[in-house]
Amino acid sequence: MSMINYASREINCKIVYYGSGLGGKTTNLEHVYGKTKPDTRGKLISLATETERTLFFDFLPVDLGTIRGFKTRFHLYTVPGQVYYNASRKLILKGVDGIVFVADSQIERMEANQEAMQNLYDNMAEYGYDLTKMPFVIQYNKRDLPNAAPLADLQASLNPGWEVTDAAKQRVAPDPYHAGENLVSQLPTGEWVERAQYFEAVAVTGDGVFETLRAVSKLVLKTLS
Amino acid sequence: MSGSASWSFSEEDSVAMTALLQKFLFESNARCALLVDRSGQLVATVGEQPNFDPTAFATLTAADFSANDQLARLIGETDFSSLFHQGEKESMYLADVARRVILVALFDNRTTLGLVRLKLKDTVADLTKLFHEVFSRGGPGKPQQAGLLAGADDEIDKLFG
Repeated sequence: MSMINYASREINCKIVYYGSGLGGKTTNLEHVYGKTKPDTRGKLISLATETERTLFFDFLPVDLGTIRGFKTRFHLYTVPGQVYYNASRKLILKGVDGIVFVADSQIERMEANQEAMQNLYDNMAEYGYDLTKMPFVIQYNKRDLPNAAPLADLQASLNPGWEVTDAAKQRVAPDPYHAGENLVSQLPTGEWVERAQYFEAVAVTGDGVFETLRAVSKLVLKTLS
Repeated sequence: MSGSASWSFSEEDSVAMTALLQKFLFESNARCALLVDRSGQLVATVGEQPNFDPTAFATLTAADFSANDQLARLIGETDFSSLFHQGEKESMYLADVARRVILVALFDNRTTLGLVRLKLKDTVADLTKLFHEVFSRGGPGKPQQAGLLAGADDEIDKLFG
């Protein structure tokens, strides 16, 4: 739920990093925290267990710049990855403006990724939000690991696309981040499908972290334009 | 609804909120009053400037309230309209406003819980009226914010390279 404060000329938006346990959501936030200037970010709040597993959420506010004289403040949240904490996961989604799904690329985590994606759809639906109609990007993390699944398999499993029924949107839309690929395309069967933007990342080294954040923030601001 | 609804408030709304909160602080002798929206955004701070990070405070307040809402449901209540956290010196009282905003009063031993609670009740009623007006004109698709960044696509592109 973006909040526009005309008195202090600020646009406040909420972005949630979602995904299975130990996938790198908190690491994404830690990297953003480490690489942004102290005057453009707030404190990194972590509600974690003694073993550093996220219990409720991590939170980091960042300023991404000024548009039309309005300061754009993004509040970044992560949810607990463990299914055990689903009740608190759901709470964090309240009022969300944009979602980053952090997938763990390791082959053995494929099932956990799929479960988390299904859980995301279900929790969003409970709030009446439609994931296919809001800013949503997928980050394939841990691309450096030897047991990382091929990108095509991850895309097929987690980002197969949803049907585009709106005739006005049934036209090829190129993926701005991957040359030669399309976000909206027509299947051989004639149906039009749209996929979420995706990014490859190695969050521990910071690769792909800001690309993902920029993409989702841009999508969020475009919903206001 | 495809996503969550945006809302906005004008400078006049901000002045009206501040006036109500100042009146509350004067009558209750509380130190500071904050308004936080349910998604964790800080809306206003009035009174003694807190010496903590108000953004973090707002986030935790919203999470606190949401978690307690769920606890209420587990015991068969629809919600808890107010919460009280007692400390040795500093305490805080939180109350729901129009189901969208939380009013937080921070107070110490210069006043009492009874007085804060009493005065807060009237303030919540006044704020509820004010926020109903704000939300009724600032809903999704309303002209005020629909046009805020209209035509700013280039600027957005430039900002993110």
